[in-house]
This record gives sequence, structure tokens and C-alpha cells, in this order.
Amino acid sequence: MTTTEAIITRSIDARGMACPGPLLNLIGAIRGGQVGDVFEVISSDAGSRTDIPAWTAKAKHELVSVIEEDGYARFIVRKAR
Amino acid sequence: MPARVVVLGGGVGGTLVANLLKKELKADATVTVVDATGMHLYQPGFLYVALDQANALWLTRDERTLLRRDVELVVEKATKIDPLAQTVALERGAPIPYDYLVLATGSRLDREAVPGYDGAHDFYSLDGSLRLREELRRFKGGRVLVGVAGIPYKCPPAPVEFVLMLDEYLRRRGIREKSSVTLLSPLNRAFTIESASKLVQPIFDRQGVGLQTFFNVESVDTRTGTVTSIEGEEAEYDLLVLVPPHRGSPVIETSGLGGQGGWIPTNRETLQHNAHERIFAIGDATDLPISKSGSTAHFEAPVVASRIASLVRGTAPKTAYQGRVMCFLETGGGRATSLRFDYAHPPVPPQPSRLWHWAKWAFNRAYWITVPQGRVG
Repeated sequence: MTTTEAIITRSIDARGMACPGPLLNLIGAIRGGQVGDVFEVISSDAGSRTDIPAWTAKAKHELVSVIEEDGYARFIVRKAR
Repeated sequence: MPARVVVLGGGVGGTLVANLLKKELKADATVTVVDATGMHLYQPGFLYVALDQANALWLTRDERTLLRRDVELVVEKATKIDPLAQTVALERGAPIPYDYLVLATGSRLDREAVPGYDGAHDFYSLDGSLRLREELRRFKGGRVLVGVAGIPYKCPPAPVEFVLMLDEYLRRRGIREKSSVTLLSPLNRAFTIESASKLVQPIFDRQGVGLQTFFNVESVDTRTGTVTSIEGEEAEYDLLVLVPPHRGSPVIETSGLGGQGGWIPTNRETLQHNAHERIFAIGDATDLPISKSGSTAHFEAPVVASRIASLVRGTAPKTAYQGRVMCFLETGGGRATSLRFDYAHPPVPPQPSRLWHWAKWAFNRAYWITVPQGRVG
């Protein structure tokens, strides 16, 4: 386990789940979380690479990292406010 | 001695899993459904009631009439589940012991979670739909906002369907020109599935339906008629329609079986509780990042029934849930499209047509004699 994984509050594996989709799941997790919580969303949807950073910036949360894996990506987001 | 299977919840998932299990196991199991009301509600009909297209009487049936005669129905509120003692406590009667438990406890609306929610209408309950129908009958034109006040929520396409059908309703009433209709989308497009969003965007443009993106409703100020988003923006309304926040069932939270939001931590293929192998979860109640819809429950039910039957008989499980979901999406003007997908296959929605609208309507009408008995799959 890496340091990044050790601090994750909750991980959501949304691979292959077209509806409601990775971003909607992330928004739901952030809405229900506490400031400082860190969420990981695992997505195989190519659109997430633009959608998730765009919403995170708009809603003023912190995109900690995007980790590219084979056929999917892991988005680590901290609830900032 | 027959295995004791208890199903909590008499919605589409609970009813179907109970019927399928009893049909499969016959004398090898007793199957008991525990439901707080004993009335089965067809929730996809709320949309049509709110928009004055259907009578509310069509939406309810006595749960007893939907269950096989050899499935027992207990009309009682379950108050606590003890996974170690393998019992379900009831509000009035004696606790019910189980060998296998299916949690089909659904979701509940948590309107209090949004400040000022009482200034909004919704089509997510029968009462809410009837109130909205009355409000729309009185409506003389103005700014209508339709938004989402919590995630997850049932039937992700519903707000898109609602705005397009509302556009049609206001035209029929002759007050569309005195009104604006805007969808406050939680995302950066009209709908979560990009291919479906591309199909509906031209309809929004043609019908003059507004779209405000990345607007997740946080609070409502009924005094000023303003709604505020968690992204920090505001919008003004004369009539506000919001999808209420949803939570898991109280019995799940009271029993310590839920995670964030009261949703049950569930294995995405076996549909077993992540911490209790004798407990299965189905439909809205799970924490799976998948649609909360009757369709999801419908396709999960045969998997749960088959896996419990295998456990009772001591045989290897034959099926796993592959994420299958199928639903319709009304696009207004008597047209609809359909969405079919699973974990491995993303949806490829067809162009909206009258055919899919009639398919949805036929499904709605045939629901009572097909779905609870497992006649469609």
C-alpha cells in the first residue's frame, strides 16, 4: 500500500458503470463527506479524464492525483470546503 | 428442515427474489417477505401522475396479490437486524430467525437534508407527485427550474424526462411562451451517459429548454425564490422541482449494516454483504455505484435467488451479476429512447422514436403481470 492509498477515506470502483457514472458518484461521496476526506474514484470511462478535473476545479475541491493504470484511471480528490 | 429465507422489503427486487426462490426451492425453503406497508408501489408512474398523464390508482397493488401463495407475507416494520444471532426484530411481533437474508429495503427520501427544501416540489413520492400535479394545474407561467438536491438518487434519467415532458405539458396548456424551463444538471451535460446526452441536447435546443451545468443544489431560499449550488452559483425560480436527497433505510443504519448514506456495502458480482456472507442486498439499498432503479433490482433478483438456492443445496453458484440494466428515457413529443448496458458493454441508445415510447407505455401497463413473477428477463 502506498502513502496515497493509506489516507483514502473511501474508494469507489465505478469501472463499467455507465449510469450514474464515475463523476456523479464522486459528487455524491463529496456531498456526504467531511472537509479533508479523500475519495478515490476508479473509472474506465475516457470522459472522466476531462469531466472529473473540470468539476473538481469548478466546485473548488482538490484533485490530488490522477493515476493511469492499464485500461482505467484512479482519481484522488480531497474535499476542500 | 427447510432453509429459512427472509426478504426485507416488498418492492420490485424483494417481490421478484421471493417468488423466484420459492419457485426454485419449493419445500427446501420457507420464504418470508417482511414489508412495512404491504402495499407495492410502481414508482416509475410518479412522473406520469405529476404531469397529469395517469391516475394514481394505477400505481399501487396489495403486495399479497403479487407474491406466490406459498410465500409468507408479514406486514410489519423491521426495526433491527442481528447478523450474529441471524434474526430480524419487528416493531410488534416476535423476532424472525433466518438462514439467509435478502435486504431489499430500498431508499428513503431525506428532504430535511436540504435547507429550504419545503419550498420545492418533487415527483419522487406519490404525495409529492399529487401536490406537483395540483401546482402545475394552477401554474400560469413563469420560471421553472428542475434540479437535483442529492446523489445518489433513483432513476438518473428522470430529471431529463421531466423537463422534456413538462415542455410538452406547458405547450398543451398554452402557457409555454410565458414560461422558461431549465434543467440544473449536476454534470457538465444534460445526462450522465454521453451518447444519450448527445441525443437529447438537440431536443433541448429545438424546444428552447435551458440547461445550466455543474449545478448541484445545496439550499433553497423560499423568501427570495433562489436556489444555490454547492459549486457556489445561484438561480431564481417561480416554480422549483427538485429530486430530493436519498438515504438508505433506517433499519440498515440502526443495525450498523450500512456505510456512508446508509447504503449497504455490497459485492458487485455476488451481491453479498461485504461483511456477512448470509446476507444479500439488492436494488436501491446497495452501495454499488450503479443506477438506483427498478430495472437494476429486476436483473439482480435472479442472481440473488440462484446464489441462495446454490447455498441451500450445497452446490457451486451458477450465476453472477454482470451489471445489467435496461431502461427507457422519454424525450417528449411521444418519443423515447432506450438504454441497455452492463459492466462490459456501454449503452448505445437508438434515436428517439414513437416505438420506444410505446414500448415504455406497454411495459408500464404490463408491469403487474410480468415483472413480480419473473416473466420478463
